[in-house]
Amino acid sequence: MTPADPVPQTDPAARPTGAPAPAGRLRAGTRPPAVLLVPAAVAAAFALLPLGYLVVRSLERGPAFARDVILDERTAQLLGRSLALAAVVVAACLLLGISLAWLTVRTDLPGARAWSVLVTLPLAVPSYVAAFAWLSAFPGIEGFTGAAVALTLVSFPYVYLPVTAALRGTDPAQEEVSRSLGHGPLGTFRRVTLPQLRPAATGGAVLVALYVLSDFGAVSLMRYDTFTRGIYTSYRASFDRTPAAALSVVLVVMTIALVAAEARTRGRAGHARTGTGTARPAVPAQLGPWRAAALAWCAAVTAVAVLTPLATLGYWLAVGNSATWDPGRLLDTAGTTLGVAAGGAALTTLLALPVGVIAARHRGRTAALLEQSAYAGHALPGITVALSLVFFAVRYAEPVYQELPLLVCAYAVLFLPVAVAGTRAAVLQSPPVLEDVARSLGRSPLRVLREVTVPLAAPGVAAGAALTFVVCMKELPATLLLRPTGMDTLATRLWTETGTGSFAAAAPYAAALILLAAIPSYLLGRHRT
Amino acid sequence: MRRPLVQRLTAIFAAAFLLPAAAGCGVDEDDAGLVIYSGRNEKLVKPLLDELEKAVGTTIAVRYGESAELAAQIQEEGGKTKAGLFFSQDAGALGALSTKGLLAKLPQPSLDKVDPAFRGGAGDWVGTSGRARVIAYNPDKVSKAPDSVHDLVKPEWKGKIGYVPTNASFQAFVTGMRVLEGDAATRTWLKGLKANDPKVYDNNLKVLEGVGEGEVSLGLVNHYYWYEQVAEKGAEKIKSKIHFLPGGDPGALVNVAGVGIVKGSDQAPVAQKAVDFLLSEKAQKYFADDTKEYPLAAGVTSSVEGLPPLASLDAPKIDLGKLESLQETLKMLQDAGMV
Repeated sequence: MTPADPVPQTDPAARPTGAPAPAGRLRAGTRPPAVLLVPAAVAAAFALLPLGYLVVRSLERGPAFARDVILDERTAQLLGRSLALAAVVVAACLLLGISLAWLTVRTDLPGARAWSVLVTLPLAVPSYVAAFAWLSAFPGIEGFTGAAVALTLVSFPYVYLPVTAALRGTDPAQEEVSRSLGHGPLGTFRRVTLPQLRPAATGGAVLVALYVLSDFGAVSLMRYDTFTRGIYTSYRASFDRTPAAALSVVLVVMTIALVAAEARTRGRAGHARTGTGTARPAVPAQLGPWRAAALAWCAAVTAVAVLTPLATLGYWLAVGNSATWDPGRLLDTAGTTLGVAAGGAALTTLLALPVGVIAARHRGRTAALLEQSAYAGHALPGITVALSLVFFAVRYAEPVYQELPLLVCAYAVLFLPVAVAGTRAAVLQSPPVLEDVARSLGRSPLRVLREVTVPLAAPGVAAGAALTFVVCMKELPATLLLRPTGMDTLATRLWTETGTGSFAAAAPYAAALILLAAIPSYLLGRHRT
Repeated sequence: MRRPLVQRLTAIFAAAFLLPAAAGCGVDEDDAGLVIYSGRNEKLVKPLLDELEKAVGTTIAVRYGESAELAAQIQEEGGKTKAGLFFSQDAGALGALSTKGLLAKLPQPSLDKVDPAFRGGAGDWVGTSGRARVIAYNPDKVSKAPDSVHDLVKPEWKGKIGYVPTNASFQAFVTGMRVLEGDAATRTWLKGLKANDPKVYDNNLKVLEGVGEGEVSLGLVNHYYWYEQVAEKGAEKIKSKIHFLPGGDPGALVNVAGVGIVKGSDQAPVAQKAVDFLLSEKAQKYFADDTKEYPLAAGVTSSVEGLPPLASLDAPKIDLGKLESLQETLKMLQDAGMV
């Protein structure tokens, strides 16, 4: 399409008369229908379980003790260190995630499809494996730099995946209009594309920040003292749950503040296309002379984020002779892992759906409360969430304690926000007008959800499900405490093997983890073509 | 174009709920006569626990995890714990459960199989195998390793020491020094060590590599890492040697892995049989030969080549249950700028 072509159907002024609100705009005042509200409340209550446990535990020795722990000078110091790390990692992830998403979705980058699978693989690398890889290669990197590098390279797909989904969902016509009005490619990207990506990108950024706050593996290997290390020290050094719980409450408060702040920056902009006609696939931007640079950028990121850990695994295989290959066991373990991770992703996505739709479509106290509840426990270290589920399960759900359903529920509590972010960003991109029309034609809210909202948001929901699947696969602390006795996942085997320094025997399990992560990325990529 | 994806997702989700049910999930712990929470690594103790299953004559189920986390789990479970036996990697986690009154008193004949130095003061846990702190050194760099950790603060060792300040065994050793020599002396020693600019490693194996390659002249490690390396890579490839410190030096601390019976468990009679099996000659030989640790009972001595017998070690006399409180040690290490 040449810049001179008119694109009247996307003119914002051409909004159909009688439409209740501009596209994608949140509706103030309308109460979410019960069909959304009830399941969303269930999901939120679920996600708040750890907080309930933490309040019980931190007040175990009276409020004065908890206050002393929280007001300790060191607590503030550690919090500062955690936040500094989170800020740097978030900035780096935004840069990597958005640039790679644009290159793989919107340009004529050679091998875009392969790159789009490759750059999501780092997500499957457990943070301590990444940290270990970087330390082996560059021993001097430890401390802040090392922690920031390792965490960025495992968590940038949190930004990449939702932004990719958003780019596929936006109507390129708006960008074409911008070009036709005389803006250059960069100006168009900044003024038109970037604002449309904002819900997806900030949603991803919040997930990255919370991931950094909760991480223990990378920071402990890099010896960068953070808040989470303080919590682990309390469990591991003094076998004391009370200070750990008091510190965890601080993390929950921080999380809610962060999510609330992010919500405030959202503004009231609409993110969906309106008008008649359907969006066409975007015409890929011609990279021209920049092609080599773009390829180099993708190759560099893939090399450092995927090849470094893989090279470490290769090194593990090469140096030790503890490699007792047991393909049968590896296959069994991979099968179990796929099963529990898929179960975790399915339950998480189902629970996230009503919360995500409400967060996208409704404004007001209830909507905000539901979304914040979903996020509340996401910065907590896995061990804290696991202990809280032990606490509740032995009291109120003993039959499922240390059985698969509880493990799957634990994944949902841990990773609900991952799926909520994907759903919310995707729903924002579809015009609420269509839902209104369906309602006015007599469809029930449930049918509107099933026949309009979810199908339109499917790519984003699927991206969220894929993310959840991968993070469930590599989850360790909660899996160790809550799995059925005798069950192994790839992550627990990796833990077992590295625990005795049998790195050669550990390597196949880590490699399998990375390879399995390619499956959802590949499926998502296929959908695109 | 979108509908097929929805359908595909639905199919995946449906499969997802069915798959876990189909996946093998090991032993059902409700059918097991004994559930063991093991803080000891599966690779280290699985063969032994298979033997234990035969010895106690009933099915066992084993849940592996980190000792400290499993101790926290047992505390959270309270009276409803599924665990009959807690098999811990170190004395500290057992000491913590003992302090909380969560372990049952063991019968005197079982306790008597092990030297009082290697069991709980309240008689509710017993050590099953021991490990000694040693100094690893590179014979090309130093002709003789020092006989006391107190020598390490001398200027001649500046920049020549490797250690792992985050390692639990190193921290247990520092706690031991605090119990033996007091907080003030320990603080001074840590300050002196730090002033000597020791090189920090990730783990004990890395320290051994560093010593072997001459990056540092000596390192503070546990004895069995060295013997494991010899087993994994062959004696000719290991360039470091190890030295056991004499004279009850804090640097010669012997820590133990041990077991306790969880209080109120209806598995207690089987758990009792399991404790006695772990202290039997068969099990003690396993620790000696396979995990390269020190056997503590049944008169078994280690057959590992070159390993001095436990009785010949001049370990400091210390109540291992007191190693439970690491909090103050960590504070010292933080103040000294080590962790």
